[in-house]
Amino acid sequence: MALEILKPGLSTTVQDLGRPGYYHLGIPLSGGMDRYALAAANLLVGNDEGDAVLEAVFLGPEIRFGADATVAVTGADLPPKVDGAEQPTWTAFTVKAGQVLSFGFLKSGARAYVAVSGGIDVPVVLGSRSTYPLGALGGHEGRALKSGDNLPVGTVRRAAQPNASVPEALRRGPGASPVLRVLPGLYWHRITEEAGRRFFEDTWKVAPEADRIGYRFRGGRPLDFVPREQPFGAGSDPSNIVDSCYPYGSIQVPGGTEPIVLHRDAVSGGGYFMIGTVISADMDLIGQLQPHQSARFEAVDMPAALAARKDRARMLDEVKAALAG
Amino acid sequence: MPTKTVQAPIPGTFYRKPAPDQPVFKSEGDAVAAGDTVGLIEVMKSFTPVVAEEAGRIVAFHVENEDAVMAGQPLYDLEA
Repeated sequence: MALEILKPGLSTTVQDLGRPGYYHLGIPLSGGMDRYALAAANLLVGNDEGDAVLEAVFLGPEIRFGADATVAVTGADLPPKVDGAEQPTWTAFTVKAGQVLSFGFLKSGARAYVAVSGGIDVPVVLGSRSTYPLGALGGHEGRALKSGDNLPVGTVRRAAQPNASVPEALRRGPGASPVLRVLPGLYWHRITEEAGRRFFEDTWKVAPEADRIGYRFRGGRPLDFVPREQPFGAGSDPSNIVDSCYPYGSIQVPGGTEPIVLHRDAVSGGGYFMIGTVISADMDLIGQLQPHQSARFEAVDMPAALAARKDRARMLDEVKAALAG
Repeated sequence: MPTKTVQAPIPGTFYRKPAPDQPVFKSEGDAVAAGDTVGLIEVMKSFTPVVAEEAGRIVAFHVENEDAVMAGQPLYDLEA
């Protein structure tokens, strides 16, 4: 069974839960920007939660199905259509051989996850089917999909429940103006107390260049740094540090002006000061932010970050329980 | 004559010109052919052309140069 890509959308890639374990070698995590929605899409069609799906950003693809399949679309509200007939999101539906899956205009969110029963069966590279386009690694030929591509689909392992649906309360998304929780980091001492306070007070807006590598924000007040003689190995700008590892979720602020949250396809190290790290539970929400959307940051401590991680895991357990009937 | 409103396919920043120092792609009253570029939308470090899918005459623009647009937002009206 294969999927024929008639139109690719803006940038549609094969993604699973990612490729951890190689970040220290410069190979990023990759995987879905909203891993909760990705896992839920898989569960709806009877796949394992980490099977490969399609991640479509802002604009949906058009796909002709080579055989009957169960499909689910989660994440962004990007209305799916089968031969033109609109289908609900976060709900399993059937696409028959020869039918075309397409999408209406994006209503909210940024990234939709399209799971197909059996999973997208591209080769596993370094433990994952995720696409890392910058490194031409994984996915379908290491790149975003193009018209005319044919994607193999794996063997169905368990039957999906027809019309299975994720309850409304478990459809996690950022809403209109989310609060992103941040653990202040190792370099906190580099900025003035006043600058730290303002960072969390200000409302920020997503810059249009935000992508899978990093989400850039604008609109808040610039940071003031504590004066120092720059150490050997650090650049001359006060926002420079001696080169360091960049954690997933870390917020670098080049020049002290526009914070960038590093996401799934980020570089793994460099010489920019980091104000802190967005907690893992909120990284999914960032993946659903549109350009020009506003957001705020909120400081939390490690116990709060770990509690949020548990809450997110519990929500996914509730999805599994709800779908098991 | 029937008028059709063309919507933004993706969110981002809308540009009516190919570059800041160049004239607009299309003005109100201009004729367009299918395949003509009417504007650009900048998102994720790339500029995606907004291409006319059918021929007609542009009656009105609903957005200005460098306006932020959401997917589905009306861009211009086209008279067939």
